[in-house]
Amino acid sequence: MAHPTPDPNDDGGSVYDGLLEHHEVAGDDSQWAFGTDFEDPLAGMDTTVPDDVDAAELATYCLLLGDDALVLSQRLAEWSSNAPDLEEDIALSNIALDLLGQARLLLARAAAADPAVVPALPEGSPAPVEDALAFFRDAADFRCTRFVEGPNGDFAQTIARLLLFATVRLAAFERLGDHADPVLAAIAAKGVKELTYHRDFAGRWFLTLAQGTEESRRRLLAGLAQVWPLYPELAEAYDVGPEVDVVLDQVFAVSGVERPEAGRRVGGEHHTEALSRLLAEMQSVARAHPLGVW
Amino acid sequence: MPETEWPLWEVFVRGKRGLNHVHVGSLHAADDEMAVRHARDVYTRRNEGVSIWVVRSTDVTASSPDEKDPMFAPSGDKVYRHPTFYAIPDDVPHM
Repeated sequence: MAHPTPDPNDDGGSVYDGLLEHHEVAGDDSQWAFGTDFEDPLAGMDTTVPDDVDAAELATYCLLLGDDALVLSQRLAEWSSNAPDLEEDIALSNIALDLLGQARLLLARAAAADPAVVPALPEGSPAPVEDALAFFRDAADFRCTRFVEGPNGDFAQTIARLLLFATVRLAAFERLGDHADPVLAAIAAKGVKELTYHRDFAGRWFLTLAQGTEESRRRLLAGLAQVWPLYPELAEAYDVGPEVDVVLDQVFAVSGVERPEAGRRVGGEHHTEALSRLLAEMQSVARAHPLGVW
Repeated sequence: MPETEWPLWEVFVRGKRGLNHVHVGSLHAADDEMAVRHARDVYTRRNEGVSIWVVRSTDVTASSPDEKDPMFAPSGDKVYRHPTFYAIPDDVPHM
């Protein structure tokens, strides 16, 4: 069975009309695929911090949200070429890229709100502020929750973590839509659509694995047990309440999975060793070539 | 464990201003719903579409290449089947 590649220049190939149309409007050949200004993620936005918002607190909060997205994005990207199926490979990559986009906006917002959070770069480095935050901070300066730090485990464990993460983050982002800082509110409003899909994706797979074979169910329950101990830390960091439990209980009920014991928040404020290892890999190229242009 | 592959689906996407769904390719999925999700992830990640159809590949009945001549050659020389073949009389308005 032959599947010819759709030709964007073919009049009949109307699925690509939208792209070409944007191309014409943007009038910029080099970056037509991105759809937005790629140089400055907050281009066109007034980044002045409103009077009734504490700039340092806002920056810290944006770092928490941005770092969680960045670290989980990096974890999900580890599935590239390793997922059970080509289609799931692309699905997980899409989710990783959504989160990377959120991280970029949030880190840029943090830097604009409080430039003091941006680490000093080697002399002459052209890295933008969000890259400086992502690639030139040490693990101790990251604000992410430990929930996103650990290794992926198998596909089932990845799904269990993604379900909990997307459910909590979606609830928080829905609330942030009316945050006093209009930039954070706009970032959250954009993220809601992405997170809704992530939750849907993870929820469907959670159900499928739970009701699939004996082996898939065994793996799902093991994965859930593995990620659950750090779940209270996630819920606390995002300050979410019963609205999250309602959603999770629905997924658990339809999947025939018993909600794990309400764990106590595991003590300690420090990051896990897994974060250092993840950052070592993620940051090595940028740090080896601080004057590089990407 | 035996490796079993999910069945194949044909994917049709309708673009923002398109009136019809266009065949864009195929993919594997376990069921209808998963095929739609997979199509979203594989074929609309660059903002190509606003609507997706999926059809099991085995449900597509195709003409055979062997029949090409009897099927399609006879229509090759019937220019009079095109409306442009006919001269429009001067007194026909709105054409």
